[in-house]
Amino acid sequence: MAKKIALLQGNEACAQGALYAGCNFFGGYPITPSTEIAEVMAGELPKIGGKFIQMEDEIGAIASIIGASLAGSKVLTASSGPGISLKQELIGYACIAEVPCVIINVMRGGPSTGMPTGPGQSDVMQARWGTHGDHAAIALCPASCQEIFTETVRAFNLAEKYRMPVQVLYDEIVGHMRERIVFPEPGELEVIDRPAPSVPPEKYKPFDTSFGDVPPLAAYGSDYRFHVTGLNKAEDGFPTTKAELVDAEERRQIRKVECPEARADIESNEEYLIDDAEVVVLAYGSTSRSARYAVNELREQGIKAGMFRPITLWPFPEKRVAQIGEQVKAIVVPEMNLGQMIFEVERVVKNSCKLAGVHRVDGDPLTPSQIIDQVKEVL
Amino acid sequence: MAYDYEKSIRPGKLPHIWCPGCGHGIVMKGLIRAMDACGLEKKNTAIVSGIGCASRMPGYLDFNTLHTAHGRAAAFATGIKMAKPEMTVICCGGDGDGAAIGGNHFIHACRRNIDMTYVLMNNYIYGMTGGQFSSSTPTGHLASTTPYGNPDPCFDLAKLAIGAGATFVARTTAFHANQIDKLIAEGIKHKGMAIIEVLDDCPTTYGRRNKFRSVVDMMKRLKEIAVPVTAAAKMTPEQLEGKTLTGVLHKEDRPEYCENYAKIIARVQGA
Repeated sequence: MAKKIALLQGNEACAQGALYAGCNFFGGYPITPSTEIAEVMAGELPKIGGKFIQMEDEIGAIASIIGASLAGSKVLTASSGPGISLKQELIGYACIAEVPCVIINVMRGGPSTGMPTGPGQSDVMQARWGTHGDHAAIALCPASCQEIFTETVRAFNLAEKYRMPVQVLYDEIVGHMRERIVFPEPGELEVIDRPAPSVPPEKYKPFDTSFGDVPPLAAYGSDYRFHVTGLNKAEDGFPTTKAELVDAEERRQIRKVECPEARADIESNEEYLIDDAEVVVLAYGSTSRSARYAVNELREQGIKAGMFRPITLWPFPEKRVAQIGEQVKAIVVPEMNLGQMIFEVERVVKNSCKLAGVHRVDGDPLTPSQIIDQVKEVL
Repeated sequence: MAYDYEKSIRPGKLPHIWCPGCGHGIVMKGLIRAMDACGLEKKNTAIVSGIGCASRMPGYLDFNTLHTAHGRAAAFATGIKMAKPEMTVICCGGDGDGAAIGGNHFIHACRRNIDMTYVLMNNYIYGMTGGQFSSSTPTGHLASTTPYGNPDPCFDLAKLAIGAGATFVARTTAFHANQIDKLIAEGIKHKGMAIIEVLDDCPTTYGRRNKFRSVVDMMKRLKEIAVPVTAAAKMTPEQLEGKTLTGVLHKEDRPEYCENYAKIIARVQGA
């Protein structure tokens, strides 16, 4: 049978990806340019017996999904700009309480209200460091409508597997662009559900590390009862201020994402014409589409250019980027912000190659010619 | 035989953090008796709180318990209830938590008429942070951030809940221990949003600053200001000056949120 094909907007593709992944609860609040995700979920979820709720504000929206996730649902919220700023409080809660949830950030300009209908990529550092306190972060950054679908599915898988919030960041350009989507068949993409506790209810501890760095999460309303708090906690879920317990918990929650095995599982990159490259354009999201065009153009002009595209922004692919830094003369980082990911690249490549940014925050996308000009200048 | 509270309390979690003389323990005992009277199953009950002294209550109770962020109890609880409407969901917390930083979630939970019971302990102060004025500190009273007297008008929390659309609103005080469980139980049985405001005392951060010489003085005041709604009907406005109505202040039948949503699911799936 022929696969289902549709012309979908990025935000619609996101909602379809969430449904494919088994999302059955959406808590949201309207904000441009992410609102279409909520609109699709409002229509689709009741059809499968799922729940949609429009909450009173952005904080309420993420609070509702954390509550629903603790009751066993696979949950999603979506927002943009100021809405994501408001959600930071409870992104931290989901980190420390280790509650699986997916947060979509359709990036617009900023700070504050900024340019609600214009694209931006200025939330990439917020996705890493936005909420207070030390914590790990997983953030994915698709560049096309098809990839929004598949990365949304992957975001659910990672949230469930690593028991934490996962953010999907894409900008308004891909969010509102329409492209051909080929729907994967059921079963074609892997769908992961959180592992159920293997111990009987009376032995269950919600943060029991004897099963590894990701303790199994039970559901409220099952035979398991447990306590959850936003305070630093011991393995039984109750608050503690014992230095050694607090230290061990904080380190475990970062290690579960940043250990080599987890990184290998979470990191995802696209490499384009890198093998013999002398200059690499490191680009993510919709900017990578201009970068690819620029690389092709530069190759035609005899310049050995390539592109490295992190699809997983966090954890940052530091090992591979460091290798590329050793190989090439220069790395150029185009971003729809005034320089954010370039600092991460600088941290990783140190002084092994030249580094230059191309930045734009006027609401228009970066063009291939802007990238080409910067490549030529830096070489 | 004395009532057995132990069966509802998590082993090893006492003593609680509350100061001597604090009314929160009286409220917790009332909540335990109420849940027991309603025959709630532990595994099908979730108790959700925000931040503050009163919000530490769920940790002591042997149910599904969720100690959330400041002010957010009603919003987290809404997610649990929507996800599993068959569960009984109870929120508890203080006045600053529920009605100031959490005011928006509070009024909208009332408006939706989602089937939850919210036990709001109003001790007129932010106790845990050391006695700053809250949105229910009476005008003129002293707090650490109102050293010259509170210039702010305060909320009448029960009126706020009624105005926002809660379909069961009751008020009592920490003095009226035997009324607490009855009102909470009635709230749990009510289908819809039930608010039980319990006027409470904070001798440590509110009482001392406001010339209450002892906990007994604070309890006496709670006794004196409380007037049952039934008695108030026969009293003059002069007699009611400075008094607070207690008992069931408001009760109405209105469609409940999760039931409404279930109807939408049935309609969409039937189509």
